[in-house]
Amino acid sequence: MVNIMNKEEYKKLVKKYEPKKNNCMSLLISFLVGGLIGFIGQVIVNILITSFGIAKMDAYAWSCIIIIASGSLLTALGFFDSWVGKVKAGLIIPTTGFSHSVTSAALDYRKEGLITGLGSNFFKLAGSVILYGVISAFFLCILEVIIHG
Amino acid sequence: MEYLYAFLFAGVACALAQILFNHTKLTAGHVTSLYTVLGAILSFFGIYEKCLQKFGAGASVLISNFGHMLYTSALEGYKAKGILGIFSELLCKSSAAITAAIVFAFVFSFIFKPRD
Repeated sequence: MVNIMNKEEYKKLVKKYEPKKNNCMSLLISFLVGGLIGFIGQVIVNILITSFGIAKMDAYAWSCIIIIASGSLLTALGFFDSWVGKVKAGLIIPTTGFSHSVTSAALDYRKEGLITGLGSNFFKLAGSVILYGVISAFFLCILEVIIHG
Repeated sequence: MEYLYAFLFAGVACALAQILFNHTKLTAGHVTSLYTVLGAILSFFGIYEKCLQKFGAGASVLISNFGHMLYTSALEGYKAKGILGIFSELLCKSSAAITAAIVFAFVFSFIFKPRD
């Protein structure tokens, strides 16, 4: 005899086995980790300005490159994936998320070939950021030009 | 004091994204794209520039800064060269971030092996 569950029962069953999300905890962790990355960025910027005498705008660009490089390195070493699973937004919203998605795609698809694997899948995850960033910036710029001449 | 501001701004932005993750079915791709577009829109209204001045690296480490850089370099391109400038300078400032991500990802993918 086939036991056909109705939708209500099924929903209850699904809810029972769903991993419980600890909302408050994940919020706090994201806040702390995201804040920490902002703090580290500020430390890097200030060190570059005071110790190396780099101009302010260049220091921001350097800090961006350093954070991307360290995010990329941590992904390649295999730490980042488990961290992203735990922290989520705290690591994805800073630029580390961008470098993580590019690096993990590069690592995963390299064995499928340099062109068909690495090349064609490189921007699989980060492509949407670049695409929608460029599209929105372009049309907002056109809008600004139309409004203010 | 600027360290505290940087901490708070980046922290709050990440916490807001975490709320989106917890209460909607959006994936990481959705949220990062949303933040980038949001950065461009805030830059359009001149808000992101003020955020950068007040919160420093707290605003510059976020992915929204990418949208801000795209928009400001497009606008500067327009002021310098007209419509052609929008096309030719749009990626100017964010080139550092994109190039760094591509170079490091490519090099590291040859040095390290994927783990599962």
